[in-house]
Amino acid sequence: MSQITNRRAFLQVVGAVTLGGIAPAPLLAQQSKLRVGLMLPYTGTYAALGTAITNGFKLAVDERKGRLGGREIEYFTVDDESEPAKAPENTHRLVQRDKVDVLVGTVHSGVLLGMVKIARESGTLLICPNAGAGDATGPMCAPNIFRTSFSNWQTTYPLGKVLADRGLKTAVFITWNYAAGKEMLAGFQEGFAKAGGKLVKELLLPFPQVEFQPLLTEAASIKPAAVVAFFAGGGAAKFLTDYAAAGLKGKIPLFGSGFLTDGVLDAAGAAAQDVETTLHYGDGLSTPRNNAFRAAYRKSYKNLEPDVYAVQGYDAGLLLAAGMDAVKGDVSRKKELIAAMERARIDSPRGAWTLSKAHNPIQDFYLRKVVGKENRVMGVAHKALADPAIGCSMK
Amino acid sequence: MDYLIQILNGVQYGLLLFLLASGLTLIFGIMGVINLAHGSFYMVGAYLALWLTRLTGSLWLALPLGVLAAVALGALLEWALIRRLYARDHLYQVLLTFGLILVFEELRSLLFGNDVHGVPIPPALNFSIPLTETLSYPVYRLFISGVCLALAAAMYLVIRKTRLGMMVRAGNSNREMAQVLGVDIPLVFTFVFALGVALAAFAGMIAAPVSSVFPGMGNQILIICFVVVVIGGIGSITGAMVAALLIGIADTLGKVLLPQFSGMAVYLLMAVVLIWRPRGLFQAT
Amino acid sequence: MQDSDRLIRWLIVLGAVCLALFPLAGSTFYLQLLTKIMIMAIFAMSLDLIVGYTGLVSLGQSAYFGFAAYMLALASPKGAAASLWLTLPGALAATAALSLAIGLLVLRTAGIYFIMVTLAFAQMLYYLFHDTGLGGGSDGIYIHVRPSLALGDFNPVNLADHTHFYYLVFALMLGAYLLLRAVIASPFGRVLVAIRENPVRVRSLGFQVFNYKLGAFVLAGTLAGLAGYLSACQFGFVNPEILSWHYSGIVLMMLLLGGMGRLYGAVIGAFAFILVQELFSLEALFGDFARRWQLSMGVFIVLVVLLLPRGLSDLVERLGRGAAKRAAG
Repeated sequence: MSQITNRRAFLQVVGAVTLGGIAPAPLLAQQSKLRVGLMLPYTGTYAALGTAITNGFKLAVDERKGRLGGREIEYFTVDDESEPAKAPENTHRLVQRDKVDVLVGTVHSGVLLGMVKIARESGTLLICPNAGAGDATGPMCAPNIFRTSFSNWQTTYPLGKVLADRGLKTAVFITWNYAAGKEMLAGFQEGFAKAGGKLVKELLLPFPQVEFQPLLTEAASIKPAAVVAFFAGGGAAKFLTDYAAAGLKGKIPLFGSGFLTDGVLDAAGAAAQDVETTLHYGDGLSTPRNNAFRAAYRKSYKNLEPDVYAVQGYDAGLLLAAGMDAVKGDVSRKKELIAAMERARIDSPRGAWTLSKAHNPIQDFYLRKVVGKENRVMGVAHKALADPAIGCSMK
Repeated sequence: MDYLIQILNGVQYGLLLFLLASGLTLIFGIMGVINLAHGSFYMVGAYLALWLTRLTGSLWLALPLGVLAAVALGALLEWALIRRLYARDHLYQVLLTFGLILVFEELRSLLFGNDVHGVPIPPALNFSIPLTETLSYPVYRLFISGVCLALAAAMYLVIRKTRLGMMVRAGNSNREMAQVLGVDIPLVFTFVFALGVALAAFAGMIAAPVSSVFPGMGNQILIICFVVVVIGGIGSITGAMVAALLIGIADTLGKVLLPQFSGMAVYLLMAVVLIWRPRGLFQAT
Repeated sequence: MQDSDRLIRWLIVLGAVCLALFPLAGSTFYLQLLTKIMIMAIFAMSLDLIVGYTGLVSLGQSAYFGFAAYMLALASPKGAAASLWLTLPGALAATAALSLAIGLLVLRTAGIYFIMVTLAFAQMLYYLFHDTGLGGGSDGIYIHVRPSLALGDFNPVNLADHTHFYYLVFALMLGAYLLLRAVIASPFGRVLVAIRENPVRVRSLGFQVFNYKLGAFVLAGTLAGLAGYLSACQFGFVNPEILSWHYSGIVLMMLLLGGMGRLYGAVIGAFAFILVQELFSLEALFGDFARRWQLSMGVFIVLVVLLLPRGLSDLVERLGRGAAKRAAG
């Protein structure tokens, strides 16, 4: 590793000299590197997400010639295994052992809350590029804690109006019986009630079981106007195929939080067709900004297609860049750094967004429909949606 | 009607559990080995189905090839590792197979990456039978149930009626005596372990089209299989069948009636059974 | 034999002195890591009492560890420190009661069935905390302020201070070791060992085998609870995953690695296991392969089971014996 790092550093110096002519490198070299700690899942069920986020973040940094606020970056990575029991300890690894300036992580909500605890105690800057736990920008919010992804509540709240506008006034919600599922359920219920709909039944399955048949039978016997679901990864793929195989597809329309149809379209195939979801991103979002991002990502990572996780990681890089530019790389000016990040308008592939007072993105939520192997963006379901951030003292 | 369908769901889930648990209970009962890596073999099967279906273009071709590969894997593991643990306490088996879980999970990640994949249902079985006006039943699921029942019957006959089964039963009830009578115990054990691995992998393969193929899929189902084996009585195929159906139905009804507590229901059932009958419902013959 | 015993005793004393002096070296991260290891050592010693000495292999020891941690989390007020003098005995009493209730049921089974039924109870607790609102559900629950040792105005040990907390855990680890050693040397402990060797014989001698096993089970559960309580104190965060069977499996692995049936083996195992895991995930050593540390760990576990079934402490003893023989010869 040290050899590789040295070679990379050498190449960077060579690159700087040859490209820049009279390089400003000697001047900048006096400043130490910015220490960025990536605490993400690199093994286990969420490993693919951890890699996408890492790729996205590094792409944002590389687009700035590897420098934020004029400083080079040194990465420290820790595999959090999506294991909440080890979360505080793993965070300490980065904060105390590696003395990082910034923490970036993570995917699993339980692990994020462990990180939040340490970040609050140590005052280390924390940017969350995925986990949607409401608490992190709710009761646990803090000036040094930011999120560039979403809150669970946000991803399903816009669905309520979508359903009601189509005259679908009753719905059943199916999800795993755990915190993220329940928060998405609450978001949908609130939005649906506001739009005049009624949630007739919540069907909860122990996490992470995937035996959906009993719940589908139950849903079929209730005969609601619509079914709304949240599952992710393997569970989502299986849910979509089971829903179609049970003959419900085409009889009761299926909606969901966007994660239901993200990263699983290859696996779910025809069963996923026409399923509509709301999310802050869609792979097929055709804007010049997104197209440019996708091309750059493919170029950097051997034709790998970016996904919503890569975008969230990328935006974490953009947000940090905004702060670092404002203080010229001097992280000790923490107040100014945080103020600059709060003010930042992030020119994201998903569309520009700003932060709420609780440090969660105020962003557009798209209505997407599965067409072929793509989540096609059909329009904006809710413009500039902010999380209510209940319990946050910074409001 | 709804409850009838729910019971059908439970039976169907139970039969798949049986297929997985039968391999476990054979290894458990005949060899006295606790195999925590059984869930990993289920995962191996699912990934074999994915890989071989892509290679050959048909699940029907993938199944026999996959079973052969699984038998080879099982025999290899028995020869290289498991064999060394027969004389040792269960603790060592628990830990060695615990280590194997980690190894298989990372090898899976190295070879296939961490994405979710699907295996298409064979076209001949890709339709559903309408049950009510909204609900239909997928024929492929009925097919899985049929296969499970056929295998159960076959296993029962092999163990009851054939010389091979007799050797297997002899190995179970009295190792030394069987050896004296000329039964080649090490060979029988290799065979049983390979058979157990193949059963788990086969379950993973035929379930792959409905379960999809994803990281960590074996761990979810592992513990529930142990519950089936222990409730049924270790080593008993009949017990595994009864327990699998019991668990399938209890779990299904639990999800519908008491969703808050359905996660606990299965374990509660196991605890109650073991306190009532400390060696499970059907003791091994 | 005598010489190797003496060597072990000196090594234990030397280890204790090193641990006592470590905070002078002053790295916060490693101080916390050692604190965690010592907590796990208490956990592993508790398991040694039933697995190593009594011959009862439990795959559900995390139930008591996690339960006590949850007791502290639920008893802690939001913005203030709970009193250690109230919460520690309370959590331990609750955990003892839990392990008594579970022990009464599970000790009716034996062998593989015992392994599985201990697992079943741990899983029940896992789903209780995971699926119901009790204790924050799957996201877990915080302990915002560490419990306090203050008696009125007198506050000799400030648990919020890493070094103070380190010494408290160190003292409790030594205490647990000495307590268990005394228990094992007592007539009660000797009956336990006899049960491991030959339960039928012990019963025919007129001993109530069940009661002895139950006593050991409850004591082990309570000590696991002590470890869980300290762990919850250390990080201030409790999550259902600490009740999962993986956790029980890892503690068993520590015990095996260190060597069963010798209390210091459990301590050695906790140190060795966690340090090896640290090592495998060190990028400086393994480069990009550090991300595949689970593979290295899996292979390591398999190799230990095959090649080192009596654990590291046995290796040390054999080396010690060899050295003594050479010195004599």
